[in-house]
Amino acid sequence: MIDHELMLSDTLKYIKPSGIRKFFDLLADMGDVTALTVGQPDFVTPWHIREAAIQSLERGHTYYTSNSGLPELRAEICSYMKRRFDLDYTPGEALITVGGSEAIDVAVRSLVNPGDEVIIPMPSFVCYEPIARMAGAVPVIINTKAENGFKLTANELRAAITPKTKLLVLPFPNNPTGAILEREELQAIAEVLRGTNIAILSDEIYAELTYGKRHVSIASIEGMRERTIIASGFSKAYAMTGWRLGYLLGPAPWIKQMTKLHQYAIMCAPTVSQFAAVEALKNGDDDIAGMAAEYNRRRVFITEGLREIGIEVMEPQGAFYIYPYIGGFGLSSEEFCQRLLMEEKCAIVPGTAFGECGEGYARISYAYSVRHIEEALEKIKRFVDKLK
Amino acid sequence: MEKLLHLLENDATLTHKELALMLSKEEGDIKSMIRQLEKDGVILGYKAIVDWDKTEKETVTALIEVKVMPQRDDGFDKIAEKIQNYPEIKGLYLMSGGFDFTVLIEGKTMKEVAYFVARKLAPIEFVTATATHFVLKTYKYNGVIYNSPKKDLRESDGI
Ligand SMILES: Cc1ncc(COP(=O)(O)O)c(C=O)c1O
Repeated sequence: MIDHELMLSDTLKYIKPSGIRKFFDLLADMGDVTALTVGQPDFVTPWHIREAAIQSLERGHTYYTSNSGLPELRAEICSYMKRRFDLDYTPGEALITVGGSEAIDVAVRSLVNPGDEVIIPMPSFVCYEPIARMAGAVPVIINTKAENGFKLTANELRAAITPKTKLLVLPFPNNPTGAILEREELQAIAEVLRGTNIAILSDEIYAELTYGKRHVSIASIEGMRERTIIASGFSKAYAMTGWRLGYLLGPAPWIKQMTKLHQYAIMCAPTVSQFAAVEALKNGDDDIAGMAAEYNRRRVFITEGLREIGIEVMEPQGAFYIYPYIGGFGLSSEEFCQRLLMEEKCAIVPGTAFGECGEGYARISYAYSVRHIEEALEKIKRFVDKLK
Repeated sequence: MEKLLHLLENDATLTHKELALMLSKEEGDIKSMIRQLEKDGVILGYKAIVDWDKTEKETVTALIEVKVMPQRDDGFDKIAEKIQNYPEIKGLYLMSGGFDFTVLIEGKTMKEVAYFVARKLAPIEFVTATATHFVLKTYKYNGVIYNSPKKDLRESDGI
């Protein structure tokens, strides 16, 4: 008999499954749950974008594209980056990927050698650490602090850097905390990195979803562009999660090597999605604005709603999550969320799914209608009133 | 202004506060803008969109093409004034093309609508012909798709 477990990669075996997933498996068997768990927009992709995809199929665009992606799409991404974030990139500095997810994977694997240290601020999206580990790198976790609004500070970064540091992951606007980094904060971080050989992987997938303040990319800070690889995509801004389309932007020599990896692992991103994305970039600015305004409305609604219930929470500045403190009720995050689910049929994600530092917190997604959020808040209130 | 109207046309239940937020304006400004729009008759009312087919109530809707004798000056307006006041009539449009008015009418039964056309609409002065088309099924009205799935289609939560 073959021992299948024994034959698997040791590194892979020791990677824990996503904590979000674990919670969802619980949820899956329960009917009629008011969930605030989803990490994707509730909007359907705008019709003109879907139509462009359908049209590309009608016209027979059913072939591979070039490995780095449709030239027209890469050109549109560059002009979009200029228009929205004042960043200068050329199509040769762009690689179209299968979502921001592949972009992150390709970037990390292309930049690190075994033993290199990768600094990862947490709480954050769950993929950075496992991907770094699979690449043989050593994750160095910085737990961002509530009193700093879950922002990465220059001091924290300085303290984490060693001669082995290769890469800093910069996950802002942040999932799950909703924290963003503003220009001065980025400048302070840039100051620490200037003169080092540390690269930055800036995950800017939520760049369009900031409220009040425009997103600033670290690549626009002096001296940072040359060491920054931006990972972004269409999932969140355009409500295109299922299309699986993202991109990397960075120095041409990096993109060239990353394209090689992408070529062997993926070949090219889905052609139909690439055609849709061209339309999204050309005519989608209004869609982004409309959806962002709606998220903003929900953001304020849920922030106030939670505070009224007596739950302490930082007002999120970006993405579509809110990260309340639920540690004051004598329950662990996991217990809180599990009991809320069992007793009130309302689902939120324990903060611990985003790193050990998430103990005491929970992630609530507001990618839901106001009515739905209202219903969930009523349930949370009933539950919390019981605990008090 | 135009944005405010679009938001309200889409969802009239938005509060002043929510609108202020979505348009990066002060709540007080929104309040006075809406008041002005109502005063100017730009905003004419606020209503719920009801799919009566999902209720017990029996209704039929019909679109009626109305032809009238050729008119000069405000002749069409005068005829419209005679038509528009019937409460059964939900919509009235002056048209270009092969006929002159479209009347959108709602009634309990087809018979009731047919009677209305015969007794009320057709006899109006200058009306020369009518053609009644009954609506069999509403797919979309007022920008709302009637049978779009209400279920959350998001199968996975991501990771
Ligand atoms: C911070 C962050 N980065 C990247 C992704 C990956 O998104 P996608 O692969 O759909 O582009 C997500 C998705 O939840 C995310 O939250």
